Amino acid sequence: MKFGILVNEGPYQHQASDSAYQFTKAALEKGHEVFRVFFYHDGVNNGTRLATPPQDDRNITVRWAELSDKYNLDLVICIAAAQRRGIVDEEEMKRQGKDASNLAPGFRISGLGQLIEAGIQSDRLIVFGD
Amino acid sequence: MGMLHVVNKSPFEKTSLDSCLVYAKEGAAILLIEDAVYAALKDTAVADKVRAALKKCKVYALEPDIKARGMEVAKVIDGIDVVNYGGFVDLATAYDNVHSWV
Amino acid sequence: MEGGVVKKFLYVNRRAPYGSIYALESLEVVLIGAAFEQDVSLLFVDDGVYQLKKGQDTSGVEMKNFSPTYNALGDYDVNKIYVDQESLEKRNLTTDDLMALTYEDEDDDYAEKPSIRVISRDEVADLMEEQDVVLSF
Repeated sequence: MKFGILVNEGPYQHQASDSAYQFTKAALEKGHEVFRVFFYHDGVNNGTRLATPPQDDRNITVRWAELSDKYNLDLVICIAAAQRRGIVDEEEMKRQGKDASNLAPGFRISGLGQLIEAGIQSDRLIVFGD
Repeated sequence: MGMLHVVNKSPFEKTSLDSCLVYAKEGAAILLIEDAVYAALKDTAVADKVRAALKKCKVYALEPDIKARGMEVAKVIDGIDVVNYGGFVDLATAYDNVHSWV
Repeated sequence: MEGGVVKKFLYVNRRAPYGSIYALESLEVVLIGAAFEQDVSLLFVDDGVYQLKKGQDTSGVEMKNFSPTYNALGDYDVNKIYVDQESLEKRNLTTDDLMALTYEDEDDDYAEKPSIRVISRDEVADLMEEQDVVLSF
């Protein structure tokens, strides 16, 4: 079966992104396909490479990236939500005239249409939020 | 199969579970995750309404969330099935659609 | 855009506006999603009914008043807007307290018709079950 995943909350503050990760990992390990993980609202904060969580805690961003690497998982940060919250890739940095970018490896920034497409293409869309 | 309703809020703080119980149809399933697992335990102030829900719906609770909170699986209300993340995936597959009461 | 696949999308709105950004950003999804020509419905239940309250004035809080955008939904062919009767009653609201959202029915000589339909608990339950995709924010 093909799943789409929507993550509506940032890392650490809420369990939503942990639950989404565990669900996604379990689905992939069972041989299901995950069409896309879409990060919206504060969920875009899952995609910053500048976070430094304590050594003895999980690194949520790196963990997503590793899952993406292993399963060729599409991790998409919503551009509209990212612009509000300061999550920026190289292209956006240039376009908006910012002095830095902070998008983590394994993630890409794209439009809300990617969420709708995930809803259309997936057999089930699962929402994780607060 | 009907709908899988996912609830993640403590029933003592938020009304998500109440809303879910109002709109869940007979034959639907309710999965309690995150802080909602407190609703799965015996002899709490909300246990009666959860037991009433069991008459029309299947109710599940996520074991890793129960254990993380130091609660005992043995004290889960009779009739509630305890599942892990793989079981969550299986439920999402088995039911026709999923609604998260976020 | 997607090879003619039409799915039933339901946007479930359960939160009040301004206290958090969920209502505003959910509306942004609805507007973008309209371009995909899916079978879209919006449901306002619990505190979500406050999103449709008329007379919103955000000048004092200096936040963007996005309530006029609900009026534009009809132009995007989003015209199935369901409001839960019990959620209104619990909050001492009636349809007179809500914005009068309308759309032009192209099958009826573009007659202006109300988009909001107040529905019962059982109808809400049925509406949810019949969807392919339920987006809640």
